[in-house]
Amino acid sequence: MNHAIVLAGSATETTRLVGFWILAIVAVAAALGMVLARKAVHCAVLLAVVMLCLAILYLMLGAPFLALVQIIVYTGAVLMLFLFVLMIVGISAADSVIETIRGQRLWATLGGIAMLVLLSLVIGHAVIGPAAPSTAKFGDANVTSLARLIFTRYLYPFEITSALLITAALGAMVLAHRERLKPKPTQRDLAAQRVASGRPTPLPGPGTYAQHNAVDMPALLPDGTQSELSVSQVISGRGPSVPAPLPGGPGAPATNGDSQAGDQ
Amino acid sequence: MVTPAHFIALSVILFVIGAVGVLVRRNAIVVFMSIELMLNAANLAFVAFSRMHGGLDGQVIAFFVMVVAAAEVVVGLAILTAIFRSRRSASVDDANLMKY
Repeated sequence: MNHAIVLAGSATETTRLVGFWILAIVAVAAALGMVLARKAVHCAVLLAVVMLCLAILYLMLGAPFLALVQIIVYTGAVLMLFLFVLMIVGISAADSVIETIRGQRLWATLGGIAMLVLLSLVIGHAVIGPAAPSTAKFGDANVTSLARLIFTRYLYPFEITSALLITAALGAMVLAHRERLKPKPTQRDLAAQRVASGRPTPLPGPGTYAQHNAVDMPALLPDGTQSELSVSQVISGRGPSVPAPLPGGPGAPATNGDSQAGDQ
Repeated sequence: MVTPAHFIALSVILFVIGAVGVLVRRNAIVVFMSIELMLNAANLAFVAFSRMHGGLDGQVIAFFVMVVAAAEVVVGLAILTAIFRSRRSASVDDANLMKY
């Protein structure tokens, strides 16, 4: 951490300006991509890029503690939580392009532009002075100065924060908890269910006798047709990654299957 | 020369992008991400103003904002998984039972 502070402190003005512009452009581009990307996982990764850029900007602003908290809490914890929930909720949940309210996108964009103009006018009219002379509070003594503030002037908010965190953890546990309505199925029940389903055997594995053995490659049946059952629903739900049937007909896949078997 | 005004301008742009994201996106998780973006833009403004005034109060407030945002995300995502469990959808348009 000290090394980073020294780097941020010793940089010349030009270096700082160039660094700011690079970070600003990357952050704005990633934020725009987050709003525009169709898949939620891409949004999460782009948001991580924005968070990392902001962390370096905090470092430039003389807030090394906040920069590290930003990386640890946001990119480390919050975004991982987002990704976990995406895995639970379903990776295939792409945004629908159908507008429920007519003209919503147009009006939202216009509203955004109006907001940008309004805020720019406010910022333009406000007097934003130059940075205060750099003291140790924005460098090596940042953590101790922050600690002194948190444990004296902001002691009560800090204590209330702990109550908030406990309440949030408790609330999350209560909300995510699921009562078991039926008794847990035993192995015997599962076996009976499997026999009753009409398919007592396991499902075919992906890639069997196909061109290659990737998990999204459907297995080929003896007559050369593809078996949709062999690809996991999670993967087939992600989109049309499953290739079309081979043009060669039943003969072509057989040779491919032979060569594949030979490779293995 | 990089002045605090640069950072404030960047935070305005990021805030507007986040606001448009909340209005445009239908996936509730992405709406949450946009809210996070807005909170982060506000944090950047806090830290920039703290640098301008030479006091650390802005940084302390940004720290508290981070804590509150983390708590908000935890509860919000738990609600989201509960909704998804009952109706198999993460779209904000599908949760309209109390509309009429």
